[in-house]
Amino acid sequence: MEILVCVKRVPDTAENEFELNSAGNDLDRDDLVYSVNEWDNYAVEEAIQIVDNAGGSVTVITVGDDESEEVLRREMAMGANNGVLLSDDAFDGSDGKGIAAILKAQIEKGKYDLILTGAQADEGAGQVGGMLAAMLDYPYASLVNKIEIVDDTTIKVGREIEGGNQEMNEIQLPCVLSIQTGINEPRYVGIRGIRKVASVDIPVNGAGDLGIDAATVGAAGAKTKRVDYFVPDLGDGAEMLEGSTDEIIEKLIERLKAKGGL
Amino acid sequence: MTQVFAYIPFKNGSAEDVALEYPEAVKKIDPAASLTAVVTGSGADLDAVAQDLTNTYKEVIKISHADLAYPNAELVRKALQDVLPKDAIVLVPHDTFGMDLAPGLSVKMDAAYAADIVDFEGIDGTSLKLIRQELGGAVYTHVTADISSGAVITIRPGSFAPTEAGSAGGKVTDKSGEVKELPAKRKFLEIVEAEVGDVDITKSDVLVSIGRGIEEQENIEIAQELAEAMGAVVSCSRPIVDAKWLEKSRQVGTSGQTVKPKVYMAMGISGSFQHLGGVKGNPFIVAVNKNPKAPIFQVADVGIVEDILEFMPELTEAIKSQ
Ligand SMILES: Cc1cc2nc3c(=O)[nH]c(=O)nc-3n(C[C@H](O)[C@H](O)[C@H](O)COP(=O)(O)OP(=O)(O)OC[C@H]3O[C@@H](n4cnc5c(N)ncnc54)[C@H](O)[C@@H]3O)c2cc1C
Repeated sequence: MEILVCVKRVPDTAENEFELNSAGNDLDRDDLVYSVNEWDNYAVEEAIQIVDNAGGSVTVITVGDDESEEVLRREMAMGANNGVLLSDDAFDGSDGKGIAAILKAQIEKGKYDLILTGAQADEGAGQVGGMLAAMLDYPYASLVNKIEIVDDTTIKVGREIEGGNQEMNEIQLPCVLSIQTGINEPRYVGIRGIRKVASVDIPVNGAGDLGIDAATVGAAGAKTKRVDYFVPDLGDGAEMLEGSTDEIIEKLIERLKAKGGL
Repeated sequence: MTQVFAYIPFKNGSAEDVALEYPEAVKKIDPAASLTAVVTGSGADLDAVAQDLTNTYKEVIKISHADLAYPNAELVRKALQDVLPKDAIVLVPHDTFGMDLAPGLSVKMDAAYAADIVDFEGIDGTSLKLIRQELGGAVYTHVTADISSGAVITIRPGSFAPTEAGSAGGKVTDKSGEVKELPAKRKFLEIVEAEVGDVDITKSDVLVSIGRGIEEQENIEIAQELAEAMGAVVSCSRPIVDAKWLEKSRQVGTSGQTVKPKVYMAMGISGSFQHLGGVKGNPFIVAVNKNPKAPIFQVADVGIVEDILEFMPELTEAIKSQ
């Protein structure tokens, strides 16, 4: 089974307190901590496990700048066999379709049975997998939390739906699946693992290499554009309890008693 | 004129809540827009829903096909592609079905795509301005979508005030005949129901709910001790279940349980909409989080900026010594 996984380098929501820049139109990116999109680690783990059982190889690709190479290396330290960075100034400002079109161009250079993405990334849109599938004319299933290989042409997938119920589908290969967290337990990657792949060559492909017309991707080709970031004034929000921990606890217990919490 | 088509999902013969939320969303897109409800399915269920929708919508399009009895997104996409005009604005809920359907539909319709929209700021020429969140709700963004060749937009359920199902006296148009061949590369098999756990968190009036802020499996004991002192039950956010630290039946959220406690203690939970989607009945929410900017503080009644690993044991002691 030849598997390709699309991954993304994102600001780590667990490690950052997000602030706007002084102009108020973008994040203050100076001290942001980045990591691999949470969902993508599950996708790569799943790909590695399938290949361990059924043979084949795992390729990871990402659209990004030079710094995105580190997430490819991390996924290769997990066990992905190849990595390709798709990078070009012309890709800046791409919307979901732009990203999907770039990924598609790389995917068409190879031959893959299974293409995986994370269910969503930092923007919370969950769009690239479904777009990619439609562009490739492959069948698609989102929020996949179970994959069962039936034979060379067919797999069974479980989709996680509302309430944690699972929708089972039979789907024909090649296909695109977006992977939901919890499908497996992604392996831990240590410093030693990263060191092992530190000098592996990661090819970089730009618009020219991919045969992409620069006007169709990037900001030029985007129908959907982010204008700014903002933090809305949502009224008062929570009553913030302040003071020493003892004082806070005293106030909290008072309120809990009043509300039936104690 | 702006033409909006709202896809209405339904279960057991009744439309989902979002059916009443679309009209308000459309007013914010363009008060002069035409709005048509679209339902796909088969049999008596479909007919009943379509008829019901005429109370809220003047125009209802019904697409009936035996293969659409279960809403397999791949098939629904093809049906919509065959029936809807190319430059339409199509609204879909941002839920597990919408996420399955909408991105591909936007490609096939060659339309702009905008996901998980929480508000609209109207149309200027061919540019529709929308509001959404990023980074798990930590920041908001304005987005523009060029709608000159249509748009597919998923809206966050619960973001728009529901209209009262009135007496629109609408009519149902059957467009089943316009559907060409449906794809067969993905076949729905069955629904496997979520496992029932040994604790039913939906029955508890007080929940001590832990999130990724608990940091390590061993620390769950700290929450259990607090819950015991409060006569509460421990529930959690999704990452705790993904890590297999607690069983799935303890997960609160759209892909877990819907709870209606009196008091909800959110400990080290950021407050994503998928998590909060499972917290109903307007409980008294206490949020403890070490990040003063955590989105949970926007919805909590009481907020405390502390490290839960230090705060919870102290609170437990204080409660015990009362
Ligand atoms: C289709 C879909 C369905 C989903 N369904 C659900 C669902 O049903 N339920 C659900 O919960 N999620 C669900 N999610 C996931 C959801 O989007 C979030 O990723 C998840 O809710 C985040 O959980 P969290 O708040 O525990 O973690 P995080 O977002 O990582 O937040 C952890 C918080 O803990 C704080 N913190 C860290 N350490 C400490 C400390 N020592 N003391 C105090 N505070 C601390 C941090 O400041 C942060 O605010 C779903 C996602 C998708 C795509």
